[in-house]
Amino acid sequence: MSFTAELIISALLLLGGTFVLVGSIGLIRLQDLYVRLHAPTKATTLGLGGILIGSMLYMYFSQGNFGINELLISLFLVLTAPVTAHILAKAAMHNRVAAIERTRNLHLLENARMQEPPQPSGEKQDQDK
Amino acid sequence: MLDITVVVVAAMLCIALVLNLWRLIIGPHVVDRVLALDTMYINSIALILIYGIYNKTPLYFEAALLIAMLGFVSSVAFGKYLLRGDIIE
Amino acid sequence: MILLEGFRSRFLPMPFHTILLLVVWLMLNSTLSLGHILLGTVLGIVIPLLCAPLRVPQPKMKRPLKALSYIFVVFKDIVVANVEVAILVVGPLRNIKPGFVAVPLDLDEYLPISVLASTVTMTPGTVSADVSKDKKWLYVHVLDMPEDEQEIIDLIKNRYESRVKEIFGC
Repeated sequence: MSFTAELIISALLLLGGTFVLVGSIGLIRLQDLYVRLHAPTKATTLGLGGILIGSMLYMYFSQGNFGINELLISLFLVLTAPVTAHILAKAAMHNRVAAIERTRNLHLLENARMQEPPQPSGEKQDQDK
Repeated sequence: MLDITVVVVAAMLCIALVLNLWRLIIGPHVVDRVLALDTMYINSIALILIYGIYNKTPLYFEAALLIAMLGFVSSVAFGKYLLRGDIIE
Repeated sequence: MILLEGFRSRFLPMPFHTILLLVVWLMLNSTLSLGHILLGTVLGIVIPLLCAPLRVPQPKMKRPLKALSYIFVVFKDIVVANVEVAILVVGPLRNIKPGFVAVPLDLDEYLPISVLASTVTMTPGTVSADVSKDKKWLYVHVLDMPEDEQEIIDLIKNRYESRVKEIFGC
């Protein structure tokens, strides 16, 4: 394997590893669940994408055949990552997980939970009675 | 050079997995724990791919594909259970 | 001709899915040998036949070429989004100003809405949380809220929703 190929593969692997690590750091650091959802779903798509492309290139350069399977994995992950994030956000709202205080438009959380059109804050409580 | 990179990236992924495990343990709510578990699936796919490069074999891709599919299905099943209290409607 | 069409809808209820199944089968086995092509074709015909009664009618893609350019736009945004989110996550936490936004939708079918919601989840600092029951509002959680929330709504509507609308022609 030539030096350039090794350099490219190493760069891709390092990039992917960094993004995966940042996603996990975000999972620990961020304050509430809705903010925490952002870190893993985003960082892991590019992180895993980098590692998959790196390993695909490695298999091509070392064994001569293109691993199509990696392409299939990345395609599958790109299709499914948003679905997981969406259903977890829905589950969080359904279980009334609290968002941090400085979240703007916090009243929309209750509207989204009931799947109704947005209403200005304050009106909602009157309708419940 | 690639040998060193692979080890470094594997170490990074292991740190990421430990951080996820920490969130899985302390997670204030069940949804946090499901999110941590889902991230652990994705990180373990990355770790398996790195292991494949380390051993210079394309043998582990099927395992990675299986974990990707089962991880997605189980995360969605957990989410459904938290939403409805039932998985199959 | 009508006979041929009837034959097709009887035995090939979903031609697109047949091709997709064949391609995925060949990719899974990563070969192009005749045996696998035959097996993939048989699976591609039998599985849609078994699944056809379960199918919910969805709007057809009117302009597949637009979908290709849409994928490229989204891919570029994913890369940008990743870098932005990574910087926000590692930087000081007080820089993160989360917020909820309700985006009015012009789409009215399930498939285009779910395509839009998935794209919103993949791209810069936004996660789609829910859709209202009348399919007119998409609730979005924003990681880094600008002062004016109309900016985010305009971005989603102009950059993604108009393109999805073009693809599905509704």
